[in-house]
Amino acid sequence: MSTSNVKALIEIKHLKKYFPVKGFKARKKKQMLKAVDDVTFTIKKGETFGLVGESGCGKSTLGRMICRLYDVTDGEIIFDGTNIENLKSKALKPFQKRIQAIFQDPYSSLNPNMTVAEIIDEPLEIHTNFPKKDRLNMIKAILIKVGFKEEDMNKYPSEFSGGQRQRIGIARALAIQPDFILCDEAISALDVSIQAQVINLLEDLQKEFGLTYLFIAHDLSMVRHISDRVGVMYLGQLVEVSTSEELYKEPLHPYTKALLSAIPVADPDQKQDLGGDLIQGELPSPLDIGEGCRFRSRCPFAMDKCAKVAPELKKVDGERVVACHLY
Amino acid sequence: MTISESILQINDLHTTFYTPKEQLKAIRGINLNVKKGEILGLVGESGSGKSLLMKSVLGILPDSAKIDQGEILLENKHLESLTHKEYQRIRGKDIAMIFQDPMTALNPLKKVGAHIVELLMRIRGFRKKEAKLEAIHLLGQVGIPSPETRVGQYPHEFSGGMRQRVLIAMALASQPKLLIADEPTTALDVTIQAQILRLLKKLQEENGMSVVLITHDLGVVASLCHRIVVMYAGMVMEEGTVQDIFHRPQHPYTQALLDSIPRHENSQKQKLKVIEGTAPSLNKLPKECPFAPRCKKAFERCFQEVPHSRQVSSTQQSACFLSEEVNS
Amino acid sequence: MFNHRHIETIKKECKAHKSYLFAIGFLVLIVSLSIFAFLLPYSPNAVNVGEALQPPSLHHLFGTDDLGRDYFTRALFGGRISLLVGLLSMVISTSLGVIIGATSGYFGGVIDNILMRFVDILSSIPWMILVTVVSIYLTPGLKAIILVIGLFTWMRTARLVRAETLTIKEREYVLYAKLSGQSFRKIIMKHIIPGVLPTFIVSSTISIANAIMMESALSFLGLGVQQPLSSWGSMLQDAQSTLGNAPYMAIIPGILIICTVFSFNKLGDIFRTMTVKKG
Repeated sequence: MSTSNVKALIEIKHLKKYFPVKGFKARKKKQMLKAVDDVTFTIKKGETFGLVGESGCGKSTLGRMICRLYDVTDGEIIFDGTNIENLKSKALKPFQKRIQAIFQDPYSSLNPNMTVAEIIDEPLEIHTNFPKKDRLNMIKAILIKVGFKEEDMNKYPSEFSGGQRQRIGIARALAIQPDFILCDEAISALDVSIQAQVINLLEDLQKEFGLTYLFIAHDLSMVRHISDRVGVMYLGQLVEVSTSEELYKEPLHPYTKALLSAIPVADPDQKQDLGGDLIQGELPSPLDIGEGCRFRSRCPFAMDKCAKVAPELKKVDGERVVACHLY
Repeated sequence: MTISESILQINDLHTTFYTPKEQLKAIRGINLNVKKGEILGLVGESGSGKSLLMKSVLGILPDSAKIDQGEILLENKHLESLTHKEYQRIRGKDIAMIFQDPMTALNPLKKVGAHIVELLMRIRGFRKKEAKLEAIHLLGQVGIPSPETRVGQYPHEFSGGMRQRVLIAMALASQPKLLIADEPTTALDVTIQAQILRLLKKLQEENGMSVVLITHDLGVVASLCHRIVVMYAGMVMEEGTVQDIFHRPQHPYTQALLDSIPRHENSQKQKLKVIEGTAPSLNKLPKECPFAPRCKKAFERCFQEVPHSRQVSSTQQSACFLSEEVNS
Repeated sequence: MFNHRHIETIKKECKAHKSYLFAIGFLVLIVSLSIFAFLLPYSPNAVNVGEALQPPSLHHLFGTDDLGRDYFTRALFGGRISLLVGLLSMVISTSLGVIIGATSGYFGGVIDNILMRFVDILSSIPWMILVTVVSIYLTPGLKAIILVIGLFTWMRTARLVRAETLTIKEREYVLYAKLSGQSFRKIIMKHIIPGVLPTFIVSSTISIANAIMMESALSFLGLGVQQPLSSWGSMLQDAQSTLGNAPYMAIIPGILIICTVFSFNKLGDIFRTMTVKKG
């Protein structure tokens, strides 16, 4: 899919989210956890943007800010030309209809006390004025679309398996015909064969309704499969954005390289580096990030410059951007 | 294959959950062989019984579950009839285990070093001073930086990856013949997972112990294991070397499982192949081949009887009517 | 809410625990008896000095009191008051507890801090002293006692509900409702309250038991319901003067209180096992 000339649906500009650190000492020092620190990128209409990184890199925080579950510390979120980062209840409502989400845990994302119909009805009730009967018909149609039978609508979530529940979550997100769906680790909790089912469903729906996805995951091989473009995050910052094909073929940032080589490949003949010497040690505490590049403590290519100057995102070729002094 | 080569042998094992309402046959007639010095991958989706199988071996089944029949032999010694106390001795000394969640396996009130020291004193009869030195040595061996200071810290001061290393050090402390690792890297990030996998491989090569690695990640299996056992609905579907399973899968379930991972050589937007439907739940297990309802190649016979494991080659077995039997 | 699966569980639990069967049986009996107490041949206040202090007989099942009133009738009418006090003060205390606990847990931060410190303060004052002081300012009577018990026993429920709310609000379905623009009121009504309902039911049955105990204690001290109304507690108090020649007058309300409180506590246990089984 060529997406180079398509309009942007979401523009993120210098987005920041700082959480105050709990505890007396930390509060006295005004210590802040910089979960997302100056992130800029765009998501184009109709594309799937993959966001990868290890736990604690701020990818979920970023997703939740776009959905306005978290307030923004600083920066802009522009959705289809409108700044939404400071909108409150009434003004935000039309955008809440267009921005939907699917979450990770199929067991906690559906209210166990509600029937499937009631669950899918929730967004319809908030955002449409249709009478109950029409809504029920819509729910039936959506359920059939994601592979259920009509009579399943009166069942409770506990009667379904993990993969089926995730499909109910997709049906709920789809019900009000949004433009954008955040998939926050939407397949991480599922078995391999079920992951494929859900991924295929998401792709089919994207084609049919022209949806835009932000696909957050730590499983890089699934992200590669579903995404048009991928952003790699490390300690609250984007280190590389690229089309997924280029990224996986030739990763530029040392962190991306390390991340990709760490994935065990399901092929016994391929030489498995498993990270090799590309990454050392563990993620440093996000509380004491000094000056310079955040990856330098684990980077095999670190230079003097890396400790002093934080690299900025630079265009390398075409649409590719990297934040590293090597380029 | 002679018995002397194998360290762990399981013959026709049946394990059942007894609830007031019903009996859930979670493991139904499993035969398994772990050879000396090999890493065996136990692969299956959630609910396939792979963890329960190893819990049966370790004698740590939940109260509601019981071994109905079958034999478990650890170096020709029967385990299934051991008393609680005898089992405890074997668990510490001959078999060690690593779990998915390293936090729950460590006592938060005890220093990391104390965990290892206690094991060394109890199982290998070290004196306290020696044990402490050995503990530092072991922590260093599993790649924990500055083990002299880390040995005196508490589990909460360690990150997830470091805790998993501590567990591995504990497992090594008793110099086991068999290490059972139940999803040891599932809770970890990719880069940390890679470090742990490399560590496991290195230690196994150095110590020559046997490892059973339980996982759902085919990538992990391919990078680490020598042989693979594929489980589904409490039964073994296929067994073979890594090469057999990845290049010549015989069972439709294995084939489908391999097809459902995105391959890098495929062009990107190609659709993933899926296994339709879901795994049978334990209370509705079919009498026929458990995979038949989801199998694209299923035919009449598959719905009438359970296929028995057939020898496909000298190293590979498959429980499918379609697999050609080799008389070896 | 309730379906055949729940009834099945109750049946099974009752088979396993005989005390559950007793609790349910006793509660059904005592509640229906006090509802239909007006069908009895005697009036609870009909004085008949000629028949004073008669021991239990066929005519008077529980005997008569010092004014010759039928003690069986009085016990049932007293049960009405005791159960009424239990029920109504439970309604007050659990609704307060649920509202305050849910708000505190849902909003967190400063609101949570203020509300929970308030709860701490209230719970650290011995309730007997508190209730005694407060009831001096109110005219003693049925209304006063219901209010007093209701207003000073919600703290435990609030704590439980708050803890439950804290875990539920982190569930992804609540996050979903928030990001879809669901109103605060609806999130509480649709997601939080049904989630805390099991806790709420268990805690409310125990509240009833506690309220009946408190009412008995207060009435025994003369701070409770006043003549001509009587409750089991006030019957106990009245029995003091005749303890020597008519001990049954104290024993009967005493047994009734014990059995009722026991039964409500058991009912709480039944609900608790039911919710555990479901999860």
